[in-house]
Amino acid sequence: MSIRIAELHKAFGPKEVLRGFSLEVRVGATAAIVGPSGSGKSVLLKHLVGLMRPDTGSVLVDGESVPDLGRRDLARFRRRVGYVFQFAALFDSMTIAENVGMGLKRLPGWRADRIRGRVDECLALVDLEGMGERYPSQLSGGQKKRAGLARAIAASPKYLLYDEPTTGLDPVTTSVIDALILRMRDELGVTGLVVTHDMTSAFRVADRITLLHEGKARFTGTPAEVRAARDDVLRGFVEGDPGLYYGLKGRGDHGP
Amino acid sequence: MPDFVMRPLASAGRGTVKTLSSVGRAWILFAGTAGALRHAGIWGPQLVPQLARIGVASVPIALFIATFTGIVMSLQASYTLTGTIPLYFVGVLVGKTMMLELGPVLTGLTLAGRVGANISAELGTMRVTEQVDALETLAYDPLAYLVVPRVIAGIVMFPIVVLLAMTVGIVSGWFTALQLLDMSSPEFVKGLRLLFEPWDVWFAIIKSISFGAVVTGVGCFYGLQTERGAEGVGRSATQTVVIASMIILCLDAFWAATLL
Repeated sequence: MSIRIAELHKAFGPKEVLRGFSLEVRVGATAAIVGPSGSGKSVLLKHLVGLMRPDTGSVLVDGESVPDLGRRDLARFRRRVGYVFQFAALFDSMTIAENVGMGLKRLPGWRADRIRGRVDECLALVDLEGMGERYPSQLSGGQKKRAGLARAIAASPKYLLYDEPTTGLDPVTTSVIDALILRMRDELGVTGLVVTHDMTSAFRVADRITLLHEGKARFTGTPAEVRAARDDVLRGFVEGDPGLYYGLKGRGDHGP
Repeated sequence: MPDFVMRPLASAGRGTVKTLSSVGRAWILFAGTAGALRHAGIWGPQLVPQLARIGVASVPIALFIATFTGIVMSLQASYTLTGTIPLYFVGVLVGKTMMLELGPVLTGLTLAGRVGANISAELGTMRVTEQVDALETLAYDPLAYLVVPRVIAGIVMFPIVVLLAMTVGIVSGWFTALQLLDMSSPEFVKGLRLLFEPWDVWFAIIKSISFGAVVTGVGCFYGLQTERGAEGVGRSATQTVVIASMIILCLDAFWAATLL
């Protein structure tokens, strides 16, 4: 297993967001964690790159315990992980090319011409050729997400973490992003972890899907297993039925 | 215990915890920034742009304020001194007050607004749009990349801006004395030199170095702590200006008590 999360607990004040979440992702696979907004998916993802520390539980990536890494080891570890942010988080004072090359400047042996070549390669991979000199404010939502993906893959990471990669995109652009996620797995061989509330996207990109419910992994299975599952909460989420999801069916109530 | 006793006690307790927690976080930021100084490869390339943004871009507003302060000082000194002591004391008052107090403090307070709010809003926006997290995932230390160059630029550029402001303030006071007060240049210069001490200039430099560190440091502190979108960014900028101005005035009194 390349990613192994066990009994992860995280609370913010009195609010317990993760209550013993566990997950394993094997090398080269793409896993999706689904759940409604505010269920703790992004919080979970941030634990995997050391942006947050768990209250209790373990987060192992490649056998390394992420919360226990010191500052220097964490910087070294992060070179193996690409993170695609929900709203791209592009540096708005820099051009797209500067954004994509930002991580490469920290790597030993990367001079300006080599960085320029790699930036062009990454932009081509996400179909943004010729956009390098533009600023983030000049791009559409879908283009920003692709630029964020180009930045994440620039240093050839072994892992890619996607935080809501298709949120706010139209169906066509969503398909384009999904195709890119699959391309990252198939052509670059990266291990992916996608957090999303978009079930169509999750079915399309994931080898295994986990439902995050009340801070725990409620169900994990292949897309086919998820479709066939009889679990009411999972069916409620997949079918978008609040009655099933919140366990209120038959009480004439449809929501919290 | 009755409610009317418990409520103020609870409020005071919460306030104390909040203040202590802020002091603790400020200390962590300070220690982290000092530690980040060793990453010169990260902050070095950012320094020149920050020197320009924090220092050079602040010169026009600092000189504008100094010009009018010099004019007003000259006129008010003449109004106060006429008929009591010789008018060349206008030069003494303009020189001494511009160097010891108004040059550094007015510039410091102005830059708390211009520079402090700017840093806080910029870093705050980066925080709420996850750009600071993105820096970390790209193996950059945000303190080395964002805080160190700004604080160094503040420490280097504030004294330069203050010295320019002091000079322009004195020159504008001098010009006012010549044009509006029927004073001659030798009279004004006589007053200017009468009680001048080179230490006055060093005093202004020391003060402005501390103001530079405070304005940039407070701006970075509140900027990096920003939460909850645009409202949070606005709140951080306001807090920066208020807290930095208060610290500047406290430091002003501290330096006067310890160095004069």
